[in-house]
Amino acid sequence: MSPKTLYDKIWDAHLVHEAEDGSSLIYIDRHLVHEVTSPQAFEGLRMAGRTVRAPDKTIAVPDHNVPTDVDRAKGIENEQSRIQLEALDTNAKDFGVHYYPVSDVRQGIVHIIGPEQGWTLPGMTIVCGDSHTATHGAFGALAHGIGTSEVEHVLATQTLIQSKSKNMKVEITGSLPPGVTAKDITMAIIGRTGTAGGTGYVIEYCGSAIRELSMEGRMTVCNMAIEGGARAGLIAPDETTFDYVKGRTHAPKGAQWEAAMDWWKTLYSDDDAHWDKVVTFDASEIAPLVTWGTSPEDVLPIDAEVPDPSSFEGGKVSAATRSLDYMGLKPGTKLSEIEIDTVFIGSCTNGRIEDLREVAKIMEGRRVKDGIRAMIVPGSGLVRAQAEEEGIADKLKAAGFEWRMAGCSMCLGMNPDQLAPGERCASTSNRNFEGRQGRGGRTHLMSPAMAAAAAVTGRLTDVRELAQNDVPA
Amino acid sequence: MDKFDQLTGIAAPLPIVNVDTDMIIPKQFLKTIKRTGLGVNLFDEMRYDDDGNEIPDFVLNRPQYREAEILVAGENFGCGSSREHAPWAIKDFGIRCVIAPSFADIFFNNCFKNGILPIALPQREVDLLMKDAEKGQNARMTVDLEAQTVTTSDGEVITFEIDPFRKHCLLNGLDDIALTLEKAAAIDSFESQATQARPWV
Repeated sequence: MSPKTLYDKIWDAHLVHEAEDGSSLIYIDRHLVHEVTSPQAFEGLRMAGRTVRAPDKTIAVPDHNVPTDVDRAKGIENEQSRIQLEALDTNAKDFGVHYYPVSDVRQGIVHIIGPEQGWTLPGMTIVCGDSHTATHGAFGALAHGIGTSEVEHVLATQTLIQSKSKNMKVEITGSLPPGVTAKDITMAIIGRTGTAGGTGYVIEYCGSAIRELSMEGRMTVCNMAIEGGARAGLIAPDETTFDYVKGRTHAPKGAQWEAAMDWWKTLYSDDDAHWDKVVTFDASEIAPLVTWGTSPEDVLPIDAEVPDPSSFEGGKVSAATRSLDYMGLKPGTKLSEIEIDTVFIGSCTNGRIEDLREVAKIMEGRRVKDGIRAMIVPGSGLVRAQAEEEGIADKLKAAGFEWRMAGCSMCLGMNPDQLAPGERCASTSNRNFEGRQGRGGRTHLMSPAMAAAAAVTGRLTDVRELAQNDVPA
Repeated sequence: MDKFDQLTGIAAPLPIVNVDTDMIIPKQFLKTIKRTGLGVNLFDEMRYDDDGNEIPDFVLNRPQYREAEILVAGENFGCGSSREHAPWAIKDFGIRCVIAPSFADIFFNNCFKNGILPIALPQREVDLLMKDAEKGQNARMTVDLEAQTVTTSDGEVITFEIDPFRKHCLLNGLDDIALTLEKAAAIDSFESQATQARPWV
């Protein structure tokens, strides 16, 4: 047999039909559904008199519109948001799919609860009408976002028409220095390869720095594969993966676990597999990063300065000019002198328990600076409960953070959690596009540790300096 | 799905790289449960000021481009989220063809599901079409999917590549789901084999 990449192996195991023109029909093991990109798809099924082919493989949860106020009994004020949630409620019940309503403690961001509940397993094909489906690739699953027409297609047929992507290997050698995290790895990659660097590829992340990451960290890395333009990001499963999966509600048990493990252990890229593109980084050279512009590729180390647009080439010159104007920044300004108004900790990129622990560690003996609005939105009700049990929640509340309920929240501001025009935010989310967190809002992407450091000082801050200079009381 | 075969119309120039889906249709318009009616909010934050008045300089607000049916843009068009609201808004405005040096993967897929033709061309050819588009409403481009050509208002012909399956579906307005359901037997047989091999799924 010819050598294969991990992507090749998963693809081959799910190929239903391959046409002469190269378009293929791929079987889908898990279909995750949220309220924003699914109502038109369910409506399409109804109009055509079709059903959901595999409701037992379909999991629905509201996340984008859900308010994160602690008092959920109040309901949703915004009428359109409420209608969208009611539509998901009706659709989930009418079509008989698995469902975690707002009232369920397990409700949360779809990409957090898939892994949490054990729906996400190695070797699977997983889709969702959401670009950050790439997150699930951390388990060695082929996972990617689809549009609403494709959501309808998967609901009706449990398959997707695809053409195969090319294989790209991103190897991170060495070990991460202190203060540098999974978020910095994924931002460093996008900074180097650009937001279109992965277009047409499925990326496999490998190397010692990736192996040393927890599942939470690996999910952060894969989550932003889409910001790098890739269809999906993958990490081969190993003991870290198996330990995380074992015992979860929907993970296999007993003899089925053993059978699954036999297959999962074959899920790696063969030594002599063919790569269409290879990118290598030394982890020790990655510094804590922040974005300065309005594209996730606008990445610089925290000790750098706002760049001059004329230092770029082609269309990027006018793009950078436009970005700086939108961001209200001048070339040459030290990034560490940029003052912020808001800190947002959460999202499918950084809303997991480990992220909250990281923030709690930085906040030990420190407080959110007066006048800074700092909010923590756990990725799921269970993450929130766990943080409360570990005592993290009390510490963070005492340090001055708002402690909110689970949802997508200010990552995209579809619920009331939004930036006001001109407001500047240190955010652990994934996109710094114009208007993303609220019309006129200014987003700087960074790791949870860096966002916590910014909360303490009220400006973009090198978390490593904070650790040195500001000895906790 | 609507067919796409040939189109002659006004092309609007949007020389911006990395036009993202939040620019194309901001999140406040994703709360709809319909596919239609989004055209008025296409490029909302670039097109209207804080009070909802049109920003006269924005290309689609300029008199000569209000009826544009083709959009010529910079590289990596449609990056960001998977929201199909982006192509829905483009189509609802009346644009049926987007030409750019490159497209983001999910947006590119979504176009084909909605009778929109995305054409990727080398930068210098996009530059040429951008110049042609800047001429305004008297300059009409022609896009011919069957022949795989774009013809400028001066009669210059540029050819483009397209996946044969997607071309076939677009030319004939084929519904993907109906096509796939013709392969129901293959799906059934795959499913029963897969259940044996991987019963935990």
